[in-house]
Amino acid sequence: MTSAGGHDEIDRALINALQGDFPLSRSPFADVARRVGIPQAQVLERIRRMLDTRVLTRFGPMFQIERMGGAFCLAAMEVPEARFDAVTEAVNAFAEVAHNYRREHALNMWFVLATERPEGIAEAAARIEEATGLSVFLFPKEREYFVEMKLEA
Amino acid sequence: MRSVQEGSEGPKLDEIDRRIVLVTQGGLPLVADPWGAVADELGISADELLRRVRAMLETGAIRRIGAVPNHYAIGYTANGMSVWDIADARIDAVGEFVGALDFVTHCYRRPRRLPEWPYNLFAMVHGRSRDAVRQQIDDIARLIDQQFPGACRGRDVLFSSAILKKTGLRIGG
Repeated sequence: MTSAGGHDEIDRALINALQGDFPLSRSPFADVARRVGIPQAQVLERIRRMLDTRVLTRFGPMFQIERMGGAFCLAAMEVPEARFDAVTEAVNAFAEVAHNYRREHALNMWFVLATERPEGIAEAAARIEEATGLSVFLFPKEREYFVEMKLEA
Repeated sequence: MRSVQEGSEGPKLDEIDRRIVLVTQGGLPLVADPWGAVADELGISADELLRRVRAMLETGAIRRIGAVPNHYAIGYTANGMSVWDIADARIDAVGEFVGALDFVTHCYRRPRRLPEWPYNLFAMVHGRSRDAVRQQIDDIARLIDQQFPGACRGRDVLFSSAILKKTGLRIGG
């Protein structure tokens, strides 16, 4: 069965297999292929297609910038509806903006800043304020209770 | 309390580690031997690359290696950021408790921004419908009230209606 996203059972099995530990070997896709029970060429082709159709947003190492001397920070803005698209474009143009979500609240734009140095967060926020004329509220994490981002497809 | 921007928890990257980040942050090459291809691009041996990647996994510089699915495309169309105003004296106990619930995927303590924003606990809940997410958040509220009577003074949920950008980390070259 193909879902609305245009992926089938094998894609789903592949996504689940790829959310665990990707093999640190010279033939990792062959290992994944054996796990899922399809040929390696199909593994590569399916990953490529799912990236093209944005079923997957990326494939590779997920770096934790805080463990490399950098910083992450959640930020939010109250963006007037009439300017939403223009502000989205302006905010997304910053390389420091790693993710950006529209949310239903007076604070309707929520994004994550990622910078190589901790002081880069405040600098990026100031430049975004300058570019948009809107206030940026920073919500640095003071404590992390749990992080796990594996969703069964 | 930690400083406003956290960071500098781990060792700085050396130049080769930094180049590993630069070459792979956009994704791994989709070829039979991706680590070999990355090593060639960096001009180091595959053994050295794999040793460094293993070390970065151990220090947490790499959280994991794999696919990042688009929640919407795999059926998790509802993504609710639940936010809670928890009494400061109880916040860590409540945070640990909420974070351990299996339908909560991220859980953080963050500063309030008064008067606009009274909430100090953020817990992300993903589900296949908004009703499912709301139900889970009601369950969380009930559990908090049972375990920590009076600790929760208010809550809200912010549903996401669009992913505007999702590229992940990008460091400069």
